[in-house]
Amino acid sequence: MTTTELQSSSGTDRSRKRQRPIARAAAGAPSTWVVLIKIISLGVLDAVVIYAAFILALNEDWVLAAVALVAATLINWIYIRRGSLPAKYLIPGTVFLLIFQMYAIVYSGYVAFTNYGDGHIGSKEAAVEALINKSLTRVPDSPAYPMVVVEQFGQLSFLVTDPDGEALIGGEDRPLQPADADLEGDRAVAVEGYTTLDFAGVLAEQEQLAAMSVPLTDDPNDGALRTPDGSQAFVYSAKMQYDETADAFIDTATGKIYEDTGDGAFVAADGTQLMPGWKIDVGFENFVRAFTEESIRGPLIAVVLWTFVFAGFTVAATFAVGVFLALILNDWRLRFRRTFRVLVILPYAFPVFLSALIWSGMLNPQFGFINQVLFGGAQIPWLTDPILAKFSILMVSLWLGYPYMFLVATGALQSIPEELVEAAKVDGAGPWAVFRRIKLPLLMVSMAPLLIASFAFNFNNFNLIYMLTRGGPQDITTDMNVGATDILITLVYKVAFGETGGRDFGLASAFSIIIFVLVAVISVISFRRTKTLEELN
Amino acid sequence: MKVNRSAATAIFAGSAILALALTGCSAGGGGGQSSTSATLTVWVDANRVEEMQDIAAKFEDDKGIKVELVQKEYGDVMRNDFIQQVPAGEGPDVMVGGNDWLGQLVQNGVVAPLELGDTAANFSDVAIGAMTYDEVTYGLPVSLENIALLRNTALASSTPATWDELIAAGQAVVASGAAQYPVLVPSDPVDSDPYHLYPLQTSYGAPLFAFDADSGYDTSELLVGSEGGNAFAAKLVEWGAAGIINTSITGDIARDEFAAGKAPFMLSGPWNLPAFQEGGIDYAIEAIPQAGPDAPTPFVGVQGFFVSSQSKNAIAANEFVVNYLGSEEAQLALYEAGGRPPALNSAFEIASAENPDVGAFGEVGRTGVPMPSIPEMGAVWDNLGATQSALLNGTAGDPTEAWQAMTERLREVVGG
Repeated sequence: MTTTELQSSSGTDRSRKRQRPIARAAAGAPSTWVVLIKIISLGVLDAVVIYAAFILALNEDWVLAAVALVAATLINWIYIRRGSLPAKYLIPGTVFLLIFQMYAIVYSGYVAFTNYGDGHIGSKEAAVEALINKSLTRVPDSPAYPMVVVEQFGQLSFLVTDPDGEALIGGEDRPLQPADADLEGDRAVAVEGYTTLDFAGVLAEQEQLAAMSVPLTDDPNDGALRTPDGSQAFVYSAKMQYDETADAFIDTATGKIYEDTGDGAFVAADGTQLMPGWKIDVGFENFVRAFTEESIRGPLIAVVLWTFVFAGFTVAATFAVGVFLALILNDWRLRFRRTFRVLVILPYAFPVFLSALIWSGMLNPQFGFINQVLFGGAQIPWLTDPILAKFSILMVSLWLGYPYMFLVATGALQSIPEELVEAAKVDGAGPWAVFRRIKLPLLMVSMAPLLIASFAFNFNNFNLIYMLTRGGPQDITTDMNVGATDILITLVYKVAFGETGGRDFGLASAFSIIIFVLVAVISVISFRRTKTLEELN
Repeated sequence: MKVNRSAATAIFAGSAILALALTGCSAGGGGGQSSTSATLTVWVDANRVEEMQDIAAKFEDDKGIKVELVQKEYGDVMRNDFIQQVPAGEGPDVMVGGNDWLGQLVQNGVVAPLELGDTAANFSDVAIGAMTYDEVTYGLPVSLENIALLRNTALASSTPATWDELIAAGQAVVASGAAQYPVLVPSDPVDSDPYHLYPLQTSYGAPLFAFDADSGYDTSELLVGSEGGNAFAAKLVEWGAAGIINTSITGDIARDEFAAGKAPFMLSGPWNLPAFQEGGIDYAIEAIPQAGPDAPTPFVGVQGFFVSSQSKNAIAANEFVVNYLGSEEAQLALYEAGGRPPALNSAFEIASAENPDVGAFGEVGRTGVPMPSIPEMGAVWDNLGATQSALLNGTAGDPTEAWQAMTERLREVVGG
C-alpha cells in the first residue's frame, strides 16, 4: 500500500468525499476475485483457529482456546460485514500489537507477582516427584542383581538372581520371595505361570517400570530394588521419605522435617530448603524485596546518579554533536557532502554488540589502538580506573549515538523553510543568532520527542555497559558486587540473575516494572514541557 | 476499487499473521505428545550430530526404537530451553551438556538421576565426580577439557619443576632476546581470568571449596580464605607489578603471541592448538609446575549426556545413554567429533595413542578437579575475577585485606 493510498483513504474531507461513492459502489458489487480472496483467507484463518482451539482444548487450555475462537469470530464479523473500513485497517496491526507487545507486557507483569525463577519453574507435583527420585540413592557397594521383567495377569514383577545365585520374585509392595525359576547359565530367566518380557515388552511398560520399587524384605529399611534398564536391578534406599498426609519430607537419617510453609518449597525449621521448589503467587513480595534487598539498596544512590549522568550526557552530547555535524554537512558550499554524510553515519551501521567489543579491544591498556597509536604507548587504564571507565563509557556511547541524531537533525534542518533564514539575515542576524533563534527552536519541535525516547533508551542501555565493562571495575573493598559503571539495569541483572543463586525472573520483572514507571514518569514530565515548544508552530 | 483491494490485502495479511501465530502455539502443544511415542528425542550440538547418527542407527537396529537427533546450538540456549520445556512435559528425553550446568538443572528438577551401575568404574574419576551433584550421579560423561602448560620447544628445552623457576627460565629467554614474554597467562583488564589462575591458586592451598572425590564440593567450607589465599594474593600483586601476569593480555592476544613464538610458556587449553599448529610452533603439553606448597589442580570441564526427569521413555533413554553412548565405540566416535580426551578410560587409551596432544591434556586433567556446578558460580567468578584483576593491576591496596573482603562476599553468595 502506498502513502498516497493511505492518505486518500484517511486524508482530508475533500478526498474522502471523492472516495466514498467509489467505495460504496465497489462494496455493493465487489469483483469475483476480491470475494474469492476474502473467502479463502478467512477460510484458512478459521481452519487454523479451529484446529488450534481443538488442540488447546485437548490440553485443557480453556482460556486460550476461548480467546482464539472469540478473536476469530470477531475478525470474521468485521471483514464480512459492510462498512467499518477503519476497523478493517486496524485489525492486522491490533493483532500484532496484542500478540507481540501486550502479551509480553502482561506476562512480565504477571511474573512479577510470582516466585518464577530457577528452582521455582514447575508445579508442586513435579517438584515432589523430582525430590522423591533424587532422594533414592543406590546403597553404596551394594551388588547388582541380574533380572528380567515378568508379567502375570497384567501385573509386573521382577525376577532377579541374587548374588548367591538364588532366584527371587517380587513386585511393587510385594517383597522378594524365592521362586522356582528356569535358569540360563546362572541367571533366572523365566518362571512357571509368568510371561517373560523381551526388551520391546519392557519398553512398552517403561513408565510403570521406571517408577517400580520392589522391597528386598518385609522391612522397608532394608531398601528396595529398582531397575534403570530392565536387565539389572540395584538396591536403593531413600534418604528422604515423603509423607503424603502431612505433605512433608522427612530426612530418614536425621529425622529433620521439611514442610510446605507456603514459600514454594519444602522448608525445614532451620530455614534450609529442598530444591526444586515450585511456582507460587507471592503478591507484592518481589516489589518489597526490590526496595529492601541490601545488594540493591546499598549502592542505589550512586548507581541511580550515574544512570542519570550516563543517560543525560549521552542524550545531550549526541544531540550536540549530531546537530553540529548536520549543520556543517547541510551547507551547500561544502564539497563531497554525500561522502562525508555516509562516513558520519557509519557507526550507526554496526551492531552495538560488535562495536562495544571492538572498543573494549581498542581500549586495552597495553595493546589497544588508543594507547598504542594515539597516546604513543602510554598505559592508560581506560577500563580499569573507576573514573576513566566512566569516561570511556560516555565516549563510546557518544560515538554510537551521534549518527542517529545526525540523521534526524539533517532531515529536520532541510524542512526548515529557507525564507525564514533569509528573512533573519536581512534583519541583520549573524550565523549564531540564526541558529539560536531560528533553527534550534524549529529543530526542537521535531527532535524533542526523540530526545526523550533516546533518554529512555539509554537509561536501560544494558548492551553497551555489559559489553564494554560488564559494569566494572568493581570496588573490591566493599561487600557489594557493584561496579563503577553499573547502571540501574545492569545492577538489577546482577542481583536478579546471579546473587540469589540462579535466575529470579519474578524479582527481575518487578524491577523492570519499577524502572518502567520511573522512565515513564520522566518521559511524561518531559513531554508536558515540550508542549510549549510546539506552540511555536 | 482501490479501497477494496487494500481491504483484501489487509484481510490476507491479518489472517496470515494470526495463522502463523496460532500454528506457533499449536506446534508447541503438539511437541509434548511426541515424547509419549517410542521415539527417543536427543538434543545434540552441531559438532557431534554427525557422529551421533551412527550410534543412533545402531540403537534403532538393536532395539527398534527410533532416535530423533535434534540439532541445537550448544550453550545457554540449549540449557535454558531444557529448563523451560521439561517441567511443561515437553523437551527432549536426552540432552548433551556441560557439567557446570548440573547445579541449575538439579535445582530445577529437570534431570533424572542416572545409575551407571558397575560401568562407573570404567570412567575417569574426575569425569564421574563432575557428573555428580549432592552425591547423586546425573550424567554420562563424554569428554574432558582442561588447561595445561604449553612449552615452545624451540625456546625452552625443559619445563622447570616450580612456577618460580619457570618465571626465571622465561625471563632468561626474554633477556636473551629470543622472546618477548616470560610466560603468557590469558587474562582480562576488568575481570582477569580466575579459570586460568586457578591451578596457581590451588597450589597455594586456597581452592574455592572443600572437595572430596566421593561427595563432591562442600560449599559451606570456603578454603579460599585460608592462609594460603593471602599468600596467593600477595603473589598476584608481585607478578602483576613485575609484568609476569599482565591483565592487558586477553585470551586472544595470548594465543596470537604464543603462536607467533613470542613466549616460551603459556597456560592454555586444547582450543588454542589449531592456532599454534598453524603458526608452526613446536610445543610440548605438560603439567603446570607447582607454585606454592601444594600440587596445582586445574578445573576440568566435562561434557556429557543428561536424561530428562519427565522423559516418558526413561528405560529406553537410560539404555541409550549408559550402554550405547557409554560404549568404547561411541566414546571414540564422539572424541573424533570434538578432539577432547574421552571420559571412558579404555577409549582414552586408544585416543591418546592416536593423538599425543589428547593424551597429554588428558593426563593433566586427571590431576584436576571438576568445575563446580553450583548455581551461584556466576557470582563466584565475578567476585574472584574482580579482586584478582585489582590485585594484578596493583589497585587493590593491601592484598590480604582485599582477599579476605572477597572471601566474605563469596560466603554471602554461596551461603545466601
